[in-house]
Amino acid sequence: MKSLLKPLLAVLLVALPSAARAGSVTIKGSDTMVILGQRWAEAFMKKNPSIKVQVTGGGSGVGLAALQNGTTDIAMSSREMKKAESDKLRARYKAPPVHRAVAKDGVTFYVHQGNPVGTLTTEQLRGIYVGDVSNWKQVGGADAPIVAYSRENSSGTYVFVKDMVLAGEDFAPAIQTLPGTAAVVNAVSKEKNSLGYGGAAYAEGVKELKVKKGSEEIAPSADNIKSGKYPLARDLFFYLRAEPTGDIKAFIDFALSPEGQAIVTQVGYFPVK
Amino acid sequence: MDRQATMEQGLTQAVAAPRLSTAARRRQLREKAIAGFITLMAFTGIAALLLIIVFVAKEALALFMDAEARHEASLSKMFMAQEGRYPFRWQPVSDTPKVSMIPLFVGTLKITFVSMLVSVPLGVFGALFVAEFAPRRLRELLKPVIELLAGIPSVVLGFFALMVLSPVVKDLFHLDRPLNGTLAGLALALAIVPVIFTVSEDALTAVPRSYREASLALGATLWETAWKVVLPAAAPGILAACVLGFGRAIGETMIVLMASGNADLVSWNLGDSARSMSATIAAEMGEVVVGSTHYSLLFFIGVELFLFTFVLNMVASTWTKKVLRRLTGSAS
Repeated sequence: MKSLLKPLLAVLLVALPSAARAGSVTIKGSDTMVILGQRWAEAFMKKNPSIKVQVTGGGSGVGLAALQNGTTDIAMSSREMKKAESDKLRARYKAPPVHRAVAKDGVTFYVHQGNPVGTLTTEQLRGIYVGDVSNWKQVGGADAPIVAYSRENSSGTYVFVKDMVLAGEDFAPAIQTLPGTAAVVNAVSKEKNSLGYGGAAYAEGVKELKVKKGSEEIAPSADNIKSGKYPLARDLFFYLRAEPTGDIKAFIDFALSPEGQAIVTQVGYFPVK
Repeated sequence: MDRQATMEQGLTQAVAAPRLSTAARRRQLREKAIAGFITLMAFTGIAALLLIIVFVAKEALALFMDAEARHEASLSKMFMAQEGRYPFRWQPVSDTPKVSMIPLFVGTLKITFVSMLVSVPLGVFGALFVAEFAPRRLRELLKPVIELLAGIPSVVLGFFALMVLSPVVKDLFHLDRPLNGTLAGLALALAIVPVIFTVSEDALTAVPRSYREASLALGATLWETAWKVVLPAAAPGILAACVLGFGRAIGETMIVLMASGNADLVSWNLGDSARSMSATIAAEMGEVVVGSTHYSLLFFIGVELFLFTFVLNMVASTWTKKVLRRLTGSAS
């Protein structure tokens, strides 16, 4: 019976609005940022054993919704908050939401390792994903159909590519979508005519495309992403209901400290500072 | 003897005979408690089903009640052709959301069609072989092995399709894309064959021995007996097996999500990618903004799926009755 009680108690504790409890911080949101958040939490709790940090995923939208209904202190988001979401928060808490950029992520386009194409412009990428370009021949490759993969429309990366590359247009119907960046990388590594995208941290067994801007070919390298030169880089955010205080502030300060930013690099993203 | 008499009395005339021994009364109470408990269990199942329906329908209802949602996802936008480059699109995350259900219907039916095309003959004939022709040793090997296939988690089957089956299917059918409706249908068939097989096999073995003996005694061969006597006699059970398999196919999520490519195409070409209804719910529910139109839409897809299986079950049960009447027609 005692062994049953413990998990039950844990569930109850989680279910309670934990925002009110002292000595604990809950973080929820983007699946892209879950690993990063957990590493930060582990390192932070080692230094401050009295404060409990709880990190869960679910997605940027889930995190921001949880921020709205008060079940999380910090929402992790790989996209900027939409106007509808910030309006709702403002209406409910009488104050505009606060955000901090805590890391940088680059969206990289991948091709099969045997593909001769090494560089594409954003216009060419846009052409492929909106359905104007369907053969590698049209962008300087072999005469073969382009098998283009995308992410599910619930992912922050999807929205990012849609905004940054497609300029808000819809993906063509023939574009296949896969659940998760790992699945995209996997599919691209197996199919020689394929093209996919995802976070820079995941590229293994595939060739990363450079993006051509003007006459310059920019690789998705750490330096280029950090300096903002690589055109397809984004910030990863923490969203809060109000200016951070107490434990929450301590955690965010830790994430932005040199030690916290070193963890960002370890996990495979890029520091903001 | 005495005890039994009291017990019987207690059961039949509980009210009329107030003077019972304490032991008997206790036993009676226990019986009642057990009966009540079992009834409660039965109703819990029904209650759970009802609550699920109410919950899903309630979340979907916002689609028709909320003015903004009604504008964004009207019935005509969901089911009629829209203007623009593509008349039917499922792009709910967009500046102007496109919420046509048609690609999802087409995708679901396409994948289900492929999987049924493969799994019905495989399952039924497999069952016929095991029930009628296989030597006992072979039957004792085949049956558990095929039933074991049913125990494989669908996510594992999906991963298997994605990693192992996709290049094979692509080369075999000379397709452009490794992930497509055919692959999803074939992978799905792996999950459905055991369902159809098991239920059909049970139906076939339940056919009375006397039928077979009579047929053989009249000079029919083994094959004639199996095909013309046993199979028709087991037809209702086999139909039920197929309906069960169909229901599983239409609702199966993980295999389809991983193997179909999930492109919202409206194409009956089996080599093209397909997006199914269940996979759409699974893929998008995770990050959707709670309470938004998109959220209600996903629940609405759930309602549609529920209606699909409900109607299918109704049609199948009336059809089964019809077939049964035809088979036993002259007799009744």
